[in-house]
Amino acid sequence: MARKITVVISQGQSANPDKRGLEEALVGALLMEQGVEVTVIPHLYDLAPGSTGMLCLEGIASDMIMVSWLYPRAAHWTLDRGGIKGHFGKTLLVSEADDEEEDEEAQAAASEGAAADEEAGAEEETAAADRVGPRNLPNRRIYHLHLALHNQPEPYLEEIRRIIAEANVQTVGLMDWIQGDAKPEQLGRFLQPAPGNVDGNGAGNGAAEHATGGNGAPENDTAGNGSLPITSAPASNGNAAPLQTPQGATRVDETPSRRWYPVIDFSRCTNCMECIDFCLFGVYGVDGAETILVEQPDNCRKGCPACSRVCPENAIIFPQHKTPAIAGSPEANAGGLKIDLSQLFGAPSAVELAAQERDVELVATGRDAVGMTVGIPKRQADKEQAPKDDLDNLMDELDDLDL
Amino acid sequence: MSEPITFMMGKFEARFPTDRLYAKNHMWAQADGASYRCGFSAYAVRLLQDVYFLDWTIDAGTDLREKQEIGSIESSKAESALYAPIAGRLLEFNESLLSDPSTINVDNYGRGWLFSIEGAGSELLSPDAYLIHLKAAWKVAERTIKGQLNE
Repeated sequence: MARKITVVISQGQSANPDKRGLEEALVGALLMEQGVEVTVIPHLYDLAPGSTGMLCLEGIASDMIMVSWLYPRAAHWTLDRGGIKGHFGKTLLVSEADDEEEDEEAQAAASEGAAADEEAGAEEETAAADRVGPRNLPNRRIYHLHLALHNQPEPYLEEIRRIIAEANVQTVGLMDWIQGDAKPEQLGRFLQPAPGNVDGNGAGNGAAEHATGGNGAPENDTAGNGSLPITSAPASNGNAAPLQTPQGATRVDETPSRRWYPVIDFSRCTNCMECIDFCLFGVYGVDGAETILVEQPDNCRKGCPACSRVCPENAIIFPQHKTPAIAGSPEANAGGLKIDLSQLFGAPSAVELAAQERDVELVATGRDAVGMTVGIPKRQADKEQAPKDDLDNLMDELDDLDL
Repeated sequence: MSEPITFMMGKFEARFPTDRLYAKNHMWAQADGASYRCGFSAYAVRLLQDVYFLDWTIDAGTDLREKQEIGSIESSKAESALYAPIAGRLLEFNESLLSDPSTINVDNYGRGWLFSIEGAGSELLSPDAYLIHLKAAWKVAERTIKGQLNE
């Protein structure tokens, strides 16, 4: 039996009818697809921990395709921070502008199939030993499609169908993999990929299984929902043909207030702690394993991206910032093909700019500006070549003491 | 209240109540004690048309310079950054607009207010002075609109 896959549509903040239309066209079309569960949530980035939307996402254990107005990196690590974890699924969807040049490449990649993709994914996730890297990943994939790439639903539907096919091919490989070291819950998930198992909407409606075709009786999801405002709307074209599974999309009806906080890409983060030294608003903290984390996201000063400019690995994402490189754009230098000469013409460096932005926020909260005197990274990478002096040896000895 | 003054934007008659002052960036400002409540003038709303999205990049309580960038707006006709109309401290945003910005189109001089700012407001213009500013601004706007349409 084919594994179910959940497509989550994360609505944008804008009421632009073109954008809403694209979202709804996708929902409508996906309801007609076999093997797809559709969930509609508000703007992913705005969802607070414990919100209905987050609870709903936590309940999705299957492979997931997140369709949002965020760059894939931003969406992936926003989910990861919220405890919604999975391997980063590789999508072949590219922007219309890039389409031509990348077309051949994409086709080549597609023809290599799931096995190659598996390798690539593994490589990406274990490549650099000095990175924090993703941790405690369940054996499922989360794919991200960026709604800003195309204004028509077709490219997204095509890619979703491709991913579904790929996910079903992978089932064989994954079974092999878990035989080595299978946990009971993994076995359960893979041996019984029943709808109720794979897609239990952790919000408490696991018992309300979807009709799986055949009986044709329209089921709805509301049975176990309790007081949570999750509704299951009927398919938009109500005259579904008998062969199509009569089901609706799960919709999370909440209007979260706007949020602003950094998202760490742990595939880039080296745990260098420059962000925690730089930020003076107590946003960052460390976990039990001394790994950096965004501890108090709502301490962050709205609109301020300063820490992301200080990060030497460009690992800090502000998904709502208007500069693509800060918002998590996949391009390393999202400025385009032209060389940016503004540094030559007197623009402040990234660190200077960050210090200025931080000063603005310090003054705004009634504190004193500190300029470049506090928490500015001391980039000494080139000094490491020099032979160790007495002070270095002393520091090494201190480091070796197990305190 | 006396009759609003009007300005013709092509065939569209934009109306400006005379019970308040205006900023050069096409916001109105109505004194309320030591602060001003601000919103878009009919001129700004006409240029924007249907507002789809409004976002603020600062928090309430922030001290602002005149023309400091404070947010952004997206409408059926335009996207723009938004700037402070006067120097002062931003006291409060109209939160209801974030989930439903269309109130700006429905009632721009009333329920569609944007924010309140505590400040002297010495930069503000009387309705008559704003009208003179508009005549110059409209010429530039017409050129901008036509220029972009010709692209």
